[in-house]
Amino acid sequence: MSRSSATGDPSGSGPASSASPEPHDESPEGGRRPETLPAPTERDSAPHPERAQRSERAQRSDGTTRSDRATRSNRLNSRRRGRLLGLGVLCCLLLLSCALSVLIGAKLIPPGAVVDALFASSRTENNVIIYELRIPRTIAGVLAGSALGLAGALMQGYTRNPIAAPSVLGITQGAGLAVVLAVFTMGITGMLGFIWFSFAGALISALAVFLIGSIGKGGATPVALALAGAAISALLQALTSALVLLDRQSLDTYRFWKVGSIAVSDMGLIQRVLPFLLLGLVLGLASAPGLNALSLGDDMAAALGHNVARSRAIGITAIAVLVGSAVAMCGPISFVGLIVPHIARYFAGPDHRWLLPFAALGGSCLVLLADLVGRVMARPSEIQVGVMLAMIGAPFFIALVRRRRLMRL
Amino acid sequence: MTESVRTPVGAPAARVRGRVPLRVGPVSTVLRLRPLVALLGGLAGLLLVFACDLALGDYPISPLGVLRTLFGGGDAGERLVVLQLRLPRALTGLLVGAALGLSGAITQAVVRNPLASPDLLGVTTGAGAAATVVIVTSGTLGGISGVVASLGLPLVALVGGIATAVLVGLLAYRGGVDSFRLVLVGIGMNALTVNATLWLLTIGETQDAGRAMVWLTGSLNARDWDNVVPVGLALLVLVPLTLLGSHALGALQFDDDTVRELGVPVNIARGALLLGAAVLASLATAAAGPIAFVALATPQIALRTAGTPRPPLVVSMVFGALLVVGADLVSRTLFGSLQLPVGIVTAALGAPYLIYLLVHRYREVQT
Repeated sequence: MSRSSATGDPSGSGPASSASPEPHDESPEGGRRPETLPAPTERDSAPHPERAQRSERAQRSDGTTRSDRATRSNRLNSRRRGRLLGLGVLCCLLLLSCALSVLIGAKLIPPGAVVDALFASSRTENNVIIYELRIPRTIAGVLAGSALGLAGALMQGYTRNPIAAPSVLGITQGAGLAVVLAVFTMGITGMLGFIWFSFAGALISALAVFLIGSIGKGGATPVALALAGAAISALLQALTSALVLLDRQSLDTYRFWKVGSIAVSDMGLIQRVLPFLLLGLVLGLASAPGLNALSLGDDMAAALGHNVARSRAIGITAIAVLVGSAVAMCGPISFVGLIVPHIARYFAGPDHRWLLPFAALGGSCLVLLADLVGRVMARPSEIQVGVMLAMIGAPFFIALVRRRRLMRL
Repeated sequence: MTESVRTPVGAPAARVRGRVPLRVGPVSTVLRLRPLVALLGGLAGLLLVFACDLALGDYPISPLGVLRTLFGGGDAGERLVVLQLRLPRALTGLLVGAALGLSGAITQAVVRNPLASPDLLGVTTGAGAAATVVIVTSGTLGGISGVVASLGLPLVALVGGIATAVLVGLLAYRGGVDSFRLVLVGIGMNALTVNATLWLLTIGETQDAGRAMVWLTGSLNARDWDNVVPVGLALLVLVPLTLLGSHALGALQFDDDTVRELGVPVNIARGALLLGAAVLASLATAAAGPIAFVALATPQIALRTAGTPRPPLVVSMVFGALLVVGADLVSRTLFGSLQLPVGIVTAALGAPYLIYLLVHRYREVQT
């Protein structure tokens, strides 16, 4: 915020008032300053923005409020610019990681050959690898990452609790129990068979958490929601563990499912989940204004004219649909929903209209990059994306948290 | 001041309707009926469950027989079953549950988050990671595994748990322990240790990974006096210390500036209480493995049953012991040959009760 930019701002309208400084200024500083200050041209090019601001204020002491307003709106503008820039950087990063995810894999294919294979008409080996392995995997990573990141941000906003995440609120466990039940009672195997079961499980457990959290006196308070989630998730986990102990077939499937992986080899799976996921994304992003109001507290939100119960219901639906479809597609990928909102909050600030898109994009980037590193590090086998996410994300996260400016919920 | 305290019914300013004051010398407190009832009820339930745990099993003994055996009577078979098999196991459950309940209550009160638990401070997962390292590498080192398993493993878990908690505290320290930052650092550390454990399980030999999995589920199977004595001694020292320090908990409910104005050294109080909680949870984990859910849910159950504004420490302790011993009894007797790990049963017993309490909220209580 140098002086030149402040005067350039249309809302400032500063130059007129600064041309006629108040002759009898009471403050000794204001009276002394103009004499000791260097020539105006030099002042304009003052390197330190704060000093330039101070000298400007001292020069025209009657116009302080106006110049303050100018600098404040200017600061808001620059903040918006910063956030827009951040969104742009995230988009570029996402495109880059998508490209890398298609280019790099267990089989070394040179970039030129990848491009050739992309446009090849015949089914060469490279063509098959790219269209049936790498592209579905990349799409799944983008979708699951954005869904989980957004769902995490929504959950932390609605429960006003920094520890809230899909696994803490029992939604992942609900999907897990449904999958184990499908194996145990009907002998279903394979992700395509599980998809509706895990989807239904996630929806039902989210509904149960919301009902239990809101049925008591006082409605769905954040504490009640968080505790209901903890209780339901523990109960579902216990049931799942008991079933898994009873049945060897269930154990094998569950172990495989629980790791979670974006190595989806079937476009049919993605196609089936996609409409729900898009619905969840739209619902989630649309609930930002309501979340902003709710973050002031229920009473304040109601006083501002928001229908608290309705906006909470929409939020829970969005969370359930997002997590349900992500889990149905990839299994539970832990840690994305927990960590991404905090990182996004650091860059985007507490305003949910910015925070939610940042969290969605950031989730995609983080999942894709972690998957990529996992593929490269242990070639030709791979390390699961969840493990890599924690190995990369947690130190970064801790370093971020240790910084001075801590963004609270 | 002292004059007005000693006047029997006079002093109208200090009285609240429906609250009976209790004054002994310079100390005065208010007698609240509901927490007292909750405490006594919990103790009675604990006594009952403990007695059942000693009496029931594959070789049932009458309650009178148990009592006789405890006081030196009984035949050889009864003495073996009660004194060498069931009593150490039940006592381990009791001590572990009490330690977890107290630790969870302290953590939730200090961090002011109902989802917080010692797991969040990295204690349980740090202990698990340390134990997994030992189990997975001792297989490749060969002969020492027997000794390590019986004596060294709890010690390693203890050290691992405390070290992780201290590391979390140090990483979160920036001119003071801010509880929000502490929670976030705890989340990060938790994720790191959990995934390190997962990764160790995948690189280890199948047999070692299996043994690590058994330890990581947490169970009270085959606990003997060697497990009871260290935990018991440590609790004997730690519990009074923590309870003495807990008067600062009331002040810690406010923001930092208010706490300082109330005359409580906020960083020292918060750090010492959290360290106490971490050591308690590490001891419990070292004795029985990580038993999930007790430290998280017991303080909330106790808070809602006793109707207090923050998790009550002693009631949480009693409820924790009740939950673990009860879960052990259920898992031992109800499912026959299938020995469910106690951690599963604690969740299955505790979660419905917590849900019931949430649904029948008597009044809004916030942590």
